[in-house]
Amino acid sequence: MGELEAEKHAEYILFIEKKKDEFEALVIEHLRLNGAYWGLTTLDLLHKIGAVDQEEVVSWVMKCQDKDSGGFGGNIGHDPHLLYTLSAVQVLALLNRFDVLDIEKVSNYVARLQNEDGSFSGDMWGEVDNRFSYCAICCLSLLGCLNMINVEKAVNFIASCKNLDGGFGSIPGGESHAGQIFCCVGALAITGCLHHVDKDLLGWWLCERQCKDGGLSGRPEKLSDVCYSWWVLSSLIMIDRVHWIDKQKLTRFILNCQDKENGGISDRPDHAVDVFHTYFGVAGLSLMEYPVVKSIDPAYALPVDVVNRIFFGK
Amino acid sequence: MSSSSDDEGDRIPFSARPEWSDIRPLPQDDGPNPVAPIAYRDDFRETMDYFRAVYVADERSRRALDLTTEAVRMNPGNYTVWQFRRLVLESLNVDLHGERDFVDKIALQNSKNYQIWHHRRWLSQKLGPEAANNELEFTKQILALDAKNYHAWSHRQWVLQSLGGWENEFRFCCELLEDDSFNNSAWNQRYFVVTRSPLLGGLQAMRDSEVRYTAEAILANPHNESPWRYLRGLYKDNTDQLISDNQVSELCLKVLKANSSYLFALSLLLDLLCYGFQPLEELCTAVKALRNSEPGTADSNLATTVCLILETMDPIRSNYWSWRRSNLPGQVC
Repeated sequence: MGELEAEKHAEYILFIEKKKDEFEALVIEHLRLNGAYWGLTTLDLLHKIGAVDQEEVVSWVMKCQDKDSGGFGGNIGHDPHLLYTLSAVQVLALLNRFDVLDIEKVSNYVARLQNEDGSFSGDMWGEVDNRFSYCAICCLSLLGCLNMINVEKAVNFIASCKNLDGGFGSIPGGESHAGQIFCCVGALAITGCLHHVDKDLLGWWLCERQCKDGGLSGRPEKLSDVCYSWWVLSSLIMIDRVHWIDKQKLTRFILNCQDKENGGISDRPDHAVDVFHTYFGVAGLSLMEYPVVKSIDPAYALPVDVVNRIFFGK
Repeated sequence: MSSSSDDEGDRIPFSARPEWSDIRPLPQDDGPNPVAPIAYRDDFRETMDYFRAVYVADERSRRALDLTTEAVRMNPGNYTVWQFRRLVLESLNVDLHGERDFVDKIALQNSKNYQIWHHRRWLSQKLGPEAANNELEFTKQILALDAKNYHAWSHRQWVLQSLGGWENEFRFCCELLEDDSFNNSAWNQRYFVVTRSPLLGGLQAMRDSEVRYTAEAILANPHNESPWRYLRGLYKDNTDQLISDNQVSELCLKVLKANSSYLFALSLLLDLLCYGFQPLEELCTAVKALRNSEPGTADSNLATTVCLILETMDPIRSNYWSWRRSNLPGQVC
């Protein structure tokens, strides 16, 4: 197992696009803004964000904004969507550059996507999913504009997605899934509405997700995967039940998924690495207070010092 | 759909197609100094360059539709292409049944792609209730390949609630659970049907038969987490009924005495005790028998004993069980 190869992971992120073969690069072209968020947050957690030309990043991010609606697309010239708008806001938060943002315009875009029942659509085409409730609430909170939406209705919609096992699905009736649980618990934490969560019941469901190999899975009878080190763990922290899992075993599982030669973290041991799982692995270790890694905020998915700067001006 | 062959060797570049000669392709603007330059594959780059040109010109034509077909085949995750495709379909007023055949093919190869499922929903909405059976059949096909595909389940629930088709849904859940009793998605769907189907009479009416069904599933596989949770769900918000229904405590007893995997039985018994359940002597004896095989558990009340056994047999969650032990209600047996 050994230690976290922090240097190698940082190098992997910095040179990721060069290493990718052509096909892999083109299939992620449309979600490059998500990729930028995963990569930059990982670098910051590893104290390496200084290695990036921040001006270049900021100017590219701003080119992904759709000037008419105020929302951001996954790349320059792409249609705006809440998923990318949150990534854009998170990247600018990371770099302390809200000054380049027309906050009112972005917040208006987000607020307009709220539906009558309190839910959020991801874009003008209307797909509804709790993921978008989280994106909207996280984004507006970071921008200090939560008052632009009907928070009570948003919270009630999320609460209506609670299942018999204490978990949450994407819409009312949808199966509990750790990724959806993160979104719902995160949104409820940000809005101060965690009283809607049955913490003991959900906490037990979440800690049942720890498999024999130490890793966490997203649903019963599914294999463990490094990405759930983030979704499950952050949820457990937000509801104050993280001590119910075996952190040592989980740490070992994540460290076993490292490519120790070329950097990067994969979904499971000996699989191919990618930037998505590298982020989730490092973020998971951060939640478990692994030495050297900066702490990450479980609700905003940003380093704690960034969140403190935004909300407490320090 | 000219020149959109799946065999990439036969592909004719747009620059060599006469019907596209009036279009000037528009390359992706990656900014002056791209943060991370991307090396695009040539045919993909060309297709996207032509796509950008018709997209910016907002050209809603037959050839634009064909172009999005090619672009979607190359990268079904590109969501701007799908959005534009919908605009073109709406403008051209084409027969959407053909569109469904196209989406069927793409979706079978990319069954976890958000854009495709969203497009499907848009399409079904346009087609209305007549689409219900087709959509249920299609999701069934996807679920036959991956019984836990979250997108397929979400789509299926949406179809049932928006377009109807509840008639066979309960039987469908039974079939899936017969195939694999560990399929948590199917248990979730069963709960969805029992609580929401307009044809079954609701949770109250179904409870008795559902408890019997679930108990059988548990006895066949006592280590299966899903039916244990389903069983609790059947008594949602009604703990009095949960502790007074003999079926439940008898089930725990049977599993404990069967000497098989009894973790979930103990866990449910613990909940029952915490809700005020008064166990019969036989159940206490069964637990004590387990305790004897777990040395080091002190002589104490039944709930404490249950917790101590769980702490030992489920070490990865021992902190959870010891928390339960230290938080037992005052009057617990």
